[in-house]
Amino acid sequence: MLVIGAGGAGLRAAIEASAAGVKVGLICKSLLGKAHTVMAEGGIAAALANVDERDSWKVHFADTMRGGQYVNNWRMAELHAKEAPDRVRELEAWGALFDRTSDGRILQRNFGGHKYPRLAHVGDRTGLEMIRTLQDHGIHRGLDVHMEFTVVTLLTEGSRVVGAFGYERERGRFKAFKAKAVVLATGGIGRAFRITSNSWEGTGDGHGLAYEVGAELIDMEFVQFHPTGMIWPPSVQGILVTEGVRGEGGVLRNSEGRRFMFDDIPENYRSQTADNPEEGWRYTQGDKNARRPPELLTRDHVARCIVREIKEGRGSKHGGVYLDIAWIKEKLPNAPDHIRRKLPSMYHQFKELAGIDITTEAMEVGPTTHYVMGGVRVDADTQMSTLPGLFAAGECAAGINGANRLGGNSLSDLLVFGKRAGEYAADFAKKNGTVKLDERQIETATSRALAPFERGAAAENPFKIQQDLQGTMQDLVGIVRMENEMVQALARVAEYKKRAENAGVTGHREYHTGWHTALDLRNLLIVSEAITLSAIDRKESRGGHFRQDYPDKAAPFGTLNIVTKKAPDGSMQVSHVPLQEMPSELKQVIDENK
Amino acid sequence: MTSATFRIWRGNRETGRFQDYTTPISEGMVVLDAVHRIQADQANDLAVRWNCKAGKCGSCSAEINGNPKLMCMTRLDTIDLSQPVTVEPMRAFPLIKDLVTDVSWNFRVKEGIKPFKPRKPDAPDGTWRISQREVDRVQEFRKCIECFLCQDVCHILRDHHLHSEFIGPRFLLYSAALEMHPLDTEDRLKDLKDKNGIGYCNITRCCTKVCPEHITITENAIIPLKERVVDEFYDPLSKLLRVFRS
Repeated sequence: MLVIGAGGAGLRAAIEASAAGVKVGLICKSLLGKAHTVMAEGGIAAALANVDERDSWKVHFADTMRGGQYVNNWRMAELHAKEAPDRVRELEAWGALFDRTSDGRILQRNFGGHKYPRLAHVGDRTGLEMIRTLQDHGIHRGLDVHMEFTVVTLLTEGSRVVGAFGYERERGRFKAFKAKAVVLATGGIGRAFRITSNSWEGTGDGHGLAYEVGAELIDMEFVQFHPTGMIWPPSVQGILVTEGVRGEGGVLRNSEGRRFMFDDIPENYRSQTADNPEEGWRYTQGDKNARRPPELLTRDHVARCIVREIKEGRGSKHGGVYLDIAWIKEKLPNAPDHIRRKLPSMYHQFKELAGIDITTEAMEVGPTTHYVMGGVRVDADTQMSTLPGLFAAGECAAGINGANRLGGNSLSDLLVFGKRAGEYAADFAKKNGTVKLDERQIETATSRALAPFERGAAAENPFKIQQDLQGTMQDLVGIVRMENEMVQALARVAEYKKRAENAGVTGHREYHTGWHTALDLRNLLIVSEAITLSAIDRKESRGGHFRQDYPDKAAPFGTLNIVTKKAPDGSMQVSHVPLQEMPSELKQVIDENK
Repeated sequence: MTSATFRIWRGNRETGRFQDYTTPISEGMVVLDAVHRIQADQANDLAVRWNCKAGKCGSCSAEINGNPKLMCMTRLDTIDLSQPVTVEPMRAFPLIKDLVTDVSWNFRVKEGIKPFKPRKPDAPDGTWRISQREVDRVQEFRKCIECFLCQDVCHILRDHHLHSEFIGPRFLLYSAALEMHPLDTEDRLKDLKDKNGIGYCNITRCCTKVCPEHITITENAIIPLKERVVDEFYDPLSKLLRVFRS
């Protein structure tokens, strides 16, 4: 079988499938160990209950559903909450070293939307620890690793997915893989927007590949804009500033010095949120009787509050707001050392890229496109898509997060569902017969991939098309959405599609970034269209999706997910699928944790 | 807006030369931004490897004005822009194209190092008890982002090309991280001496100087490993004990 993507989910899937005795090919778009998982900072959410014994899978489940505004796939949220602790302990058995409690167990930290301290972490470089652990474990498991390889199309036999076709970056040579099962673990779509925390790889490859062969995508309107990205200097705009800063006591202030997050606490979080700064501080320092500060409300809400401050003229010097951790020197004797120890890579990042010492000065931050809740529609237990033989896990799959993801739930999602995808894909591969590749599909894909060279340099510059698309999505389908603007965006996306058909490059196929950019455009355009169409269709505001023309939640939309799928005529079709009825025992869990 | 000139290596496995590109620059830019701007506006086929753009993934290693650095963490306001800024690929590895080198040797080396092997769990539920102090001791080594700049400057690899006999600072550091892991029970000392060439390192500290993560590779990782190897194989007392035992 074949795993496409070698971040947390792909590596975990490959390890599991290999353990099941299946021959596994693992495709990395970059070098092994460089995937976007490496950027994750805060931690892995798992109800280990090491720091607060009141925590359990039930509370984690209820927190995840509340964060997702109840349009999550409840079964995925249940499996995730139940299995995450085992996945974390397993990482430790493979060599990961997490920070410790005083009695030597895995330490857990506070994070937005989590009722109790829940995130297993290593300073603020948890993603690096996780990917390196999986990588170093994986290389001894007989995986067939293909680095710097990009898949441009999935291959099918009837409706079954039986392989993938793409190019290796080094020489530009094409290669087709035959596989009895394929797992997509390609991550996110951040590059569809101008300001993003994602690397060049986040072009929605899995979303686009699955869509092209007829799989369904759901929840594409739900894009997470992380409230705190760097905003100055311009070249670092979008780079993530971990929520861990707020978990350690960092506060948000506007230009008037006001902690504006206290001004707008949503009703369904009021009982869990501190109503004064003192209580909030005590919470961050582990006082179990204190409630969390409003800075640790869910990301969608914090991002919108920041946008409001900026729009109403109370922004920081460079058009963001202030995030201050230096203030804790009023509370702690060795505050600068404490900050450097708890947030080493944030210290390093601001020092070197912005010339700011976060132990003495406030940071300037603003929202950045971070994560997509939407993705390939999968079966909760097996992670199989709507097409036989095609599985998806991690960010490119949808369901667990609903309308908004809680920080820390991504790394645990990668582990829990990466493992499940590997397990069930291996099982599928064992149970289903051999497959045959269709040469015509390969020929078509080859000539399409080579077309940019035939058009040459006189044609459209692919970088320019990408930049224009990013500008459109940023300005018209961003944090605050309006019907008329999105209709305009749709028209522009249609225009970019035509321009993409005319993108051209010159030179040779060896490591040719312009060519790669031209080929990535297709996925970016599919994702952009799916986000825009779904966002137009959801005429309400919920989680990461905020409509200025429909600023409130609308109950009918709380009962369904929006599906996008390729119609027989090639156009993108939008439909609704009702949420599955939640079993009464899970409803009870939610009620108990209200 | 001002501009600056970048003298970038353009080439493939066989040939190559520097080519000058002048591009506009603005406040806070890093070398990688300039390379990207050149790529988008003037040289679509310019090959450069990058991912996170925040010093966390270790992909964009290069030699900037002769200094091994991450392009994403090298601010233009730290460089003299009155002269063209040279940007070259890492020279200790074979060139693929332009700024991209073939670093696959590093991945093969890692596979040859004995993997992590934990002691039996401490608690009946299958978990371990580790103190924060034990974690802190190896945390420094685990910060490594595998940019391979330490390998690039190590003269044993760069000048003497002893790739088949010496694993280089990155993997001495990796070995140290495993050897000093509080749970690990594997013994890698014999391999370090016989197969991985720890004796070649003559502690010139070049690796430590270029590490973008500021890991004290030489003092904290390599020297303690060397001491362990010496204690194990060259200590006269234990040598005597070994004779008696056999």
